[in-house]
Amino acid sequence: MSAYLVTIGLEIHAHILTASKMFDGCPANYAGAEPNTFVSVVSLGLPGTLPVVNQAAVERAALTGLALNCRINERSVFSRKSYIYPDLVKGYQISQYDEPLCSEGWIEIRTAAGATKRIGIERLHIEEDTGRLSHAEAGTSLIDYNRAGMPLMEIVSCPELETPEEARLYFEKMRQILVWIGVNSGNLEEGALRCDANVSVRPVGQQHYGAKVEIKNINSYRYVERALAFEIKRQIALLQAGGVVHQETRGWDELRGETVGQRSKEFAHDYRYFPEPDIPPIVLDATWMAARQAELPELPDARRMRFMEAYGLNLQDADLLTLERSVADYYEAGVAAAQAIGASPKEVANWVLNEGFRLLKDRGEAYEQLATRVPVAHLAEIINLVAQGSVTRSVAKQVFEESFDSGQTPAAIVKAKGLTQISDSDAMRSVVQHVLADPKAAKAIAEYRGGKTSAVQFLVGMVMKATKGQANPHITRTLLEEELAAS
Amino acid sequence: MALSIQEVAHVAQLARMRLSDEELELMQSQLSNILEYIELLQEVDVTGVEATAQVTGLSSVLRPDLVTGALSREEVLANAPDQAAGMFRVRAVFDE
Repeated sequence: MSAYLVTIGLEIHAHILTASKMFDGCPANYAGAEPNTFVSVVSLGLPGTLPVVNQAAVERAALTGLALNCRINERSVFSRKSYIYPDLVKGYQISQYDEPLCSEGWIEIRTAAGATKRIGIERLHIEEDTGRLSHAEAGTSLIDYNRAGMPLMEIVSCPELETPEEARLYFEKMRQILVWIGVNSGNLEEGALRCDANVSVRPVGQQHYGAKVEIKNINSYRYVERALAFEIKRQIALLQAGGVVHQETRGWDELRGETVGQRSKEFAHDYRYFPEPDIPPIVLDATWMAARQAELPELPDARRMRFMEAYGLNLQDADLLTLERSVADYYEAGVAAAQAIGASPKEVANWVLNEGFRLLKDRGEAYEQLATRVPVAHLAEIINLVAQGSVTRSVAKQVFEESFDSGQTPAAIVKAKGLTQISDSDAMRSVVQHVLADPKAAKAIAEYRGGKTSAVQFLVGMVMKATKGQANPHITRTLLEEELAAS
Repeated sequence: MALSIQEVAHVAQLARMRLSDEELELMQSQLSNILEYIELLQEVDVTGVEATAQVTGLSSVLRPDLVTGALSREEVLANAPDQAAGMFRVRAVFDE
């Protein structure tokens, strides 16, 4: 296998989050709607209609360009890409061709082996999305134009990905960034983000690239990895058998687990691009550029680094806390609140990751729900209750969970359920005596008296169980030792 | 400039038109005539003139991101030659 070099490039299509469509005031929030209920005369391409560019779409696409380290071009031009296919109403798609909005950027991915790799981005341009075809009974297709005219960014990587894993990581990283800066919903299932993968193989030593095969419309991380792995194997097997790889478009068939050739003749790439006469060029000045720059938030990689340096987190925790911006914001608000009561950033990270993430996963909720479920004030209250010795750590975890589900303040839960840590020596001494009288304690008592002092831990556990975790562990231990010495 | 039959057939294919051999020949001569006429433009000296696609002098004509509404589905489908389940119905694209 290693006798071949693999070259992969991804074209990612991402909806731009806007209220209206790309070229008119038709509403853009069509997800889940009945077919053809989010369609206007412009998205339907009726004669005599005039497309007018959505300002927010240009701003967000440029912001994306900045996040991807691209150059934002002062001048960009919309072009018509002509082809006849029923997902397009006009017979052409309004896109950008030789003068895109953004050029020459890069992002970094980190492989499972821990290596960081920079992947170049050739361009980012704006276009309109197409309608959706579904195949119906015998010889017919049905078309829904709700998606037609949606603002779309096409982000083209340089052919610098070398394995299916790298392609998946790149796709994941792209989603993280787009959602982080608020330009895309990240919803792969709804098609808000999808990719085409170009892949070729060539024997080691061959200078020119092998024939390029394009795999269309992949909308999951898993599929991109599986489709590419299959396609690479297919191409290498073909070459080894003395065959020739033809340049073509293939589709990924998840059920069969293979790529399938699509009829290439029908899709001859003869798009006859020419400048869109209805849309004057986009010209952006320095003030406009500066405004976009000012909108750019601290990006996930930078934030992860800062979390490690400023809060002493390890890479794994810092990674998890910067998966989504809502989580990173929540964590930092928690750190600030905890600081006031003398708790460490690591303590906050443990609560967010161990309890918060566990409950979100268990209850099937999104990360952004955490701040609603357990507001930062509640998180700080729980940390404070533990720090003050009011509740034991194990009780605090129960309180966190109850607060997560009910929304009640931790202090109210502790009070209502009488969960305050028992530190009253008299009350506890009777519990200790009761436990020592329990036949189940006999073995540990004998061991302790035989010189194995660690056996007291078992007895501490019994007291904890008897008090539902409310006993102060230090006092428990002291009392046990006293009682064992006395009797 | 004279077009070859293959070029005419290619253009017809792009426009999804099926032409008979006679029609191809007819189109070959008619399209060639049109191109020849347009070729008159080649005589103009355009040295130093930038290719122009816009003559309005306008740039960055943008609209605010405001929703103005959609058509009713009945209106959307009013001109559809064929429909089913609220969608346009066409001949299958991946026909065998």
